[in-house]
Amino acid sequence: MLPARKLSPAGATAERLLWTLASLTTLVALWSLAAMISDSRHLPGPMKVLEVLGQESASGALWSNMSITLVRVACAFFLAMLIGTMIGIAIGSYKRADQFFDSWLVLFLNLPALVIIALSYVWLGTTELTAIMAVAINKIPNVAVQMREGARQLSRDLSEMAKLYNFGPWKTLRHVTLPQLAPFAAAAARSGLALVWKIVLVVEALGGHATGVGHQIHAAFGNYDVPTILAYALAFIVVIQIVEFGILQPLQARVMRWRR
Amino acid sequence: MASGNPVRIRVKRKTFPAIGGRDENTVLRDVSFEVSPREFVVLTGPSGCGKSTLLNIVAGLDTDYEGDIDLGAAHPRMTFIFQTPRLLPWRTIRENLMLSLPDGDPRQNNVDAIIDRVGLTEAKNAYPERTSLGMQRRAALARGFIQEPDILLMDEPFVSLDDPTAQGLRELLVDLWNSRPTTVMFVTHDRTEAVMLGTRILRLAAGSASIKADESVRLSPSDRTQRDKVQAELKRIFESTPET
Ligand SMILES: Nc1ncnc2c1ncn2[C@@H]1O[C@H](COP(=O)(O)OP(=O)(O)OP(=O)(O)O)[C@@H](O)[C@H]1O
Ligand SMILES: [Mg+2]
Repeated sequence: MLPARKLSPAGATAERLLWTLASLTTLVALWSLAAMISDSRHLPGPMKVLEVLGQESASGALWSNMSITLVRVACAFFLAMLIGTMIGIAIGSYKRADQFFDSWLVLFLNLPALVIIALSYVWLGTTELTAIMAVAINKIPNVAVQMREGARQLSRDLSEMAKLYNFGPWKTLRHVTLPQLAPFAAAAARSGLALVWKIVLVVEALGGHATGVGHQIHAAFGNYDVPTILAYALAFIVVIQIVEFGILQPLQARVMRWRR
Repeated sequence: MASGNPVRIRVKRKTFPAIGGRDENTVLRDVSFEVSPREFVVLTGPSGCGKSTLLNIVAGLDTDYEGDIDLGAAHPRMTFIFQTPRLLPWRTIRENLMLSLPDGDPRQNNVDAIIDRVGLTEAKNAYPERTSLGMQRRAALARGFIQEPDILLMDEPFVSLDDPTAQGLRELLVDLWNSRPTTVMFVTHDRTEAVMLGTRILRLAAGSASIKADESVRLSPSDRTQRDKVQAELKRIFESTPET
């Protein structure tokens, strides 16, 4: 048997970073190669995309569009988390409600995002609020399903303990219920962010909004301006990854820190 | 608790509904007895006969049964030390004890002392899942003892502990029982423990349990520390009505 290789946590992180770096470098190299061989306006190389990114950034367009889109993402995200959590806990706690609303959930889960977006604009008009609502509605069933699972798994043993020691509603919520739901909320938040930011772009493109990354990409698409499309996509991926690693993952680690 | 009134337990019938292919299950039938103030009643009986179910009913956690429970006072302070520790995994052992009391309650001042008494000084700031099962059991005991209860229900509290630790905790329990008027209902499979601790032993029969035997333990406090006297009393109580 080979001796198990022991790595300190720092060593493990460094190794993982190295692998990520190697894999990303390979990807960029392949991309450059493909761009060079095709030599087409429709497949710009990394340098060209970076150049456009620089121009957009210098003109301020990148920042204003990114920030407006991020505000929309944030609003839709929190709205979806809030409503989805409330629905999920309600139906997870009451068997009757679960039986009744289960089919509704299945229906909404399977409703294509495009249908929700289209109908929202038709019924509510192309306002800012509609855009946010349309995105949130796409995400709510997902959050609800995950939180329902959390509510179903609430420990009876612990709620009996809380009752025995007269915890009362507030103390029970804070020390017994919410900590049990936190891992489910964290999972819902992470998968939620990934979904929400993609849908926001579609909503911006379809709703004829004059601002936002989605609008920008849509406009570039009209001119077959691939470098701009890629520049915005790249910028957005970076920002979302920063949110993921800088906020969501530390948050998740924090709510799980008591685990063995 | 206003001393004087006994705890009256009358369970006519306790049935668990049929679920998932299992038939309806009558666990307790006509289990009625009284426990006098300060009495230390030990409940024994084969596994699955309904001892935990009975304690759940007495504790008021299970209200779905035929019969009634009279605790002998309007709001006696009651504590139940469950068969499993039931600590909040996301709070440290010390936080678990603090949370079991209302904020600012004077009993919170005793938390560190009781943690020392059950031998958890080193582990008090650890999360329960990062300690051993025996340590979690001791934390659950400390959480029960710190309540200074009038009625103390205990469900096999000393299993999975080594002998010296278990013995130390038994002594702590006896101290507690001596220092405050506490009525105890204590479930165990350990006959020696039953005789050493109890003033009375109630044996439940298997299958729709009813009371099979109800014996007082005739031992003085000093007798209880003597092996041969404990063994003789154990024989008298358990061998007069053989196990079915
Ligand atoms: N929630 C429940 N639903 C259905 N049946 C149950 C439930 N809880 C207990 N039972 C059944 O009731 C019977 C008594 O269970 P109980 O836990 O009271 O036994 P016990 O005497 O405490 O056993 P042990 O000594 O093993 O702890 C068992 O047959 C068990 O299967
Ligand atoms: Mg039991």
